[in-house]
Amino acid sequence: MRVTGNRAGRRHLALAAALALATAGAAAQEKDRTIEEIERYRQMLQDGNPAELLVVRGEELWKARRGPKNATLEQCDIGLGPGVVKGAYAQLPRHFADVDQVMDFEARLVHCMVTLQGFDRAALVKSPFSGAGQRPTDIEALTTFVVEQSRGFTIRVPQNHPKERAAHDRGKQLFYMRAGPYDFACSTCHGVDDQRIRLQDLPNFEKAAPAQRAFATWPAYRVSQGALRTMQWRINDCFRQQRWPEPVFISQGTIDLITFLGVKADGGKMDSPAIKR
Amino acid sequence: MNKTLALTAAAAAVLAGCATYTPPTQEETMAVIRSSFQDRGIAKVDRLNQTELQRICSETGNDPPKDVRARLEKAALAAVKFPADGKWLGDHKQGERIAQTGVGMQWSDRADTVAGGNCYACHQLTKAEISYGNIGPSLLHYGKLRGSSDEIRRYTWAKLWNTNAFNACSSMPRFGDAGILTEEQIRHVMALLLDPESPVNK
Repeated sequence: MRVTGNRAGRRHLALAAALALATAGAAAQEKDRTIEEIERYRQMLQDGNPAELLVVRGEELWKARRGPKNATLEQCDIGLGPGVVKGAYAQLPRHFADVDQVMDFEARLVHCMVTLQGFDRAALVKSPFSGAGQRPTDIEALTTFVVEQSRGFTIRVPQNHPKERAAHDRGKQLFYMRAGPYDFACSTCHGVDDQRIRLQDLPNFEKAAPAQRAFATWPAYRVSQGALRTMQWRINDCFRQQRWPEPVFISQGTIDLITFLGVKADGGKMDSPAIKR
Repeated sequence: MNKTLALTAAAAAVLAGCATYTPPTQEETMAVIRSSFQDRGIAKVDRLNQTELQRICSETGNDPPKDVRARLEKAALAAVKFPADGKWLGDHKQGERIAQTGVGMQWSDRADTVAGGNCYACHQLTKAEISYGNIGPSLLHYGKLRGSSDEIRRYTWAKLWNTNAFNACSSMPRFGDAGILTEEQIRHVMALLLDPESPVNK
């Protein structure tokens, strides 16, 4: 508890400092300095990441006997064989022969919770994301544990199986597709260098370095929402702002898009769970 | 010998694997996309039905051939609804509020949510607001630099109504044409840009 208290205290200090710096920036009216200061705020956030607590909870859940079948997830094959967690997230999405489908981590997790533990799929996918400030969902905790086990591993989303290539190709078309009342595609914001919405930097997924940085740092703890957010959530919230209808959780289209982004990020080093504003 | 045979067979299989890969067709991809989205609140799946403009821009990397571009721009300009009463400028203070507001048309909004223009998301407009994006050009001193002639008013109105009238496949939403902002709101944004008293022109 004391650890948490200190963390929260440090966060408040960091926020106050960032606000003070931002105010100083306003007086100076120097754009570059403002951006520098936001970067410093981000650096200060790295100090204590509440996602660390979720890693612990996720590991407990992973190893606990749960569900109608009273089984653990330890035999879940997330791509490198049953029971192998280390480094597996960095090579997802990928094709799984047992279902003959390309799956991202969250899709594979749901698959394992259904097949190994006997949970009801419909119940699992009904509300996969926690509300702001709410208790994290099991899917969020488990994802945090597993992605942490890939920290430092090279991102290598495979493109060997025809279905993996097809997922990439469909994902690419989705990335550039303009639709909805605002005519937005993913590429409207994420296809040009050094673009910002307000002061928020937007990674250009057509370039390796920004694509790697972005892909490597999801899932992340979002300070502004007080919650751990997964890659499926990130995709979901992008489409909300694009004024599109809602992407179905772990649907083929979302997996295709994540495959496309992952291939663009090839060679990067996973650094998740990260902490973001 | 057996090893050589096995290797040859493996190589053949790999080659066959490559040869049998056929990229998904446009139709197949669209079918997958359609099955991957659902209605939520005001954001219905019919939003996936692309307009001709959206389709052409998507397929050409926002750079359609010259003749197609000219046709799209002409059609966009022809459909612009100019103010019937000849009143171009509203209240720049209300324009500033519209420029600051980003809500509207998301599934998290309600049908009666009054949408904003969210201009600052992409443009610099005033000296006071330092939190602005850079997807669009800076509009600081927009009216001061251009004056407020009839031509500039007509151009600015049309640009806000449907940006494709001058630059087909622009990233900017069609604020009038798509029904994001009302005519009255566009008048206020016009004032924000063109009124000499607006902070944009200070």
